[in-house]
Amino acid sequence: MDLGKYAFDILLAYGLSGILILGLVLQSVLASRAARKRLEEAEK
Amino acid sequence: MIALLLRDLRLAIRAGGGFGLGLAFFLILATLVPLAVGPQPDLLAPIAPGILWLGALLACLLSLDRIFALDLDDGSLDLLATAPLPLEGVAATKALAHWLTTGLPLAIAGPALSLLLFMPAPAVPWLGLSLLLGTPALSWIGTFGAALTVGLRRGSLLLSLLVLPLYIPTLVFGAEVVRRGAEGLSPATPLALLAGITLGCIGLLPFATAAALRINLK
Amino acid sequence: MSIWEYANPRRFMATSTAVLPWVWTAAAVLCATGLIWGFFFTPEDYRMGYSVKIIYLHVPSAFIAINAWFMMLVASLIWLVRRHHVSALAARAAAPIGLVMTAVALLTGAIWGKPMWGTYWEWDPRLTAFLILGLFYLGYIALWSAIEAADQAADLTSILCLVGTVFAVLSRYAAHFWNQGLHQGASLSLDAEENVADVFWLPLVVSLAGFVLLFIALVLVRTRTEIRRRRIQALAARERLA
Repeated sequence: MDLGKYAFDILLAYGLSGILILGLVLQSVLASRAARKRLEEAEK
Repeated sequence: MIALLLRDLRLAIRAGGGFGLGLAFFLILATLVPLAVGPQPDLLAPIAPGILWLGALLACLLSLDRIFALDLDDGSLDLLATAPLPLEGVAATKALAHWLTTGLPLAIAGPALSLLLFMPAPAVPWLGLSLLLGTPALSWIGTFGAALTVGLRRGSLLLSLLVLPLYIPTLVFGAEVVRRGAEGLSPATPLALLAGITLGCIGLLPFATAAALRINLK
Repeated sequence: MSIWEYANPRRFMATSTAVLPWVWTAAAVLCATGLIWGFFFTPEDYRMGYSVKIIYLHVPSAFIAINAWFMMLVASLIWLVRRHHVSALAARAAAPIGLVMTAVALLTGAIWGKPMWGTYWEWDPRLTAFLILGLFYLGYIALWSAIEAADQAADLTSILCLVGTVFAVLSRYAAHFWNQGLHQGASLSLDAEENVADVFWLPLVVSLAGFVLLFIALVLVRTRTEIRRRRIQALAARERLA
């Protein structure tokens, strides 16, 4: 698909935002898993 | 309250408690700026109001962590908390002492230093007035920030991070007064807004400061 | 039953366990729909060309960035008044999300600004206020992470949030005042509601809803993490005493 002369800007915006937001999601999920594991160990 | 004020003032002056420090910092900053950007008057004059306000703000920031830290170390803060004087009064007194030892000297020195930066003559009284009106807000906000971070060991860096964003409105209106004065416009509106911020800070922030102190002393 | 029952951490954990998969799914579906619709199936704007596609990221992230702070304010008030721990932890959980969303909004705005206004950054009041909002998030997060005693940290950050809100609003008006004082009328209005036609509006609303759900899902997950961390601390403390 043709994005005209702004193609680079649009893809850059989507790419960077995607990295930031997915990074946040990933960090949240990983931290949640780590906390759950440590809690299970601590409760034993 | 007066006894506490006098004690704070005496401590600040006697023990090298930062009385001259802020002022010296202000002077050094006003010296360094021309060295950094060049000595041309047409370059310095337009940025002089902003530089001087920024310098005053940073000089204020320097002595903030001393407001409560020394009292916490020697236990006098706990005594003050149990004293008949309400903690809100302690907070306001502390802020007043900080202003008298930091803000007021800065407001007096500001117009003198403005000569170094070739600030236009009509703006000079406005600089003095805006500093006089604006620096109390800086002291009161700073006291609040100091109360938030009083229990922390490495609090002073965090203190700057917390306090600087809170300084933004004061800085904007203060520098705007001087800029308008330099351009020959009427600085009445920003001056009124600046005074409003200062009055609001003086009236309301001691309650937040006292609340933060109570939590930290628990 | 009242909403306060969810203030019980155990109750909150149980409910959020049940709800979370649905929120995640809905967030993913709506975000994907809105963004794909916006990216592939919207026409060119007559003024901005295809660069208008950035709006589907820019507006929702800015919306979340501002409203995350409001959520933190409400949560802080609830903590100060009713002492519900979940509330304080939810405020803590929301702050990094707000910071990331502020960064996304500024970033997409800068990339969009370059072809449209010819500059990445302009000291426009709106942009300035957003940058300042980012600074407030930074201070809030820094204060949370600096204090070890949990309840004390919750108290102090709540007070900072209240005072910070007042000063953030003041800064917003100060920024308005300041720029008008500099160069009159140089406004760069980006009000989507005003000038966006239906073709752009519908996918925008969908992706806005997606971002809101994403925010809710993230807050839930991060609050659960905080609750578990708190419990680990409590267990460790009990062990040390025993």
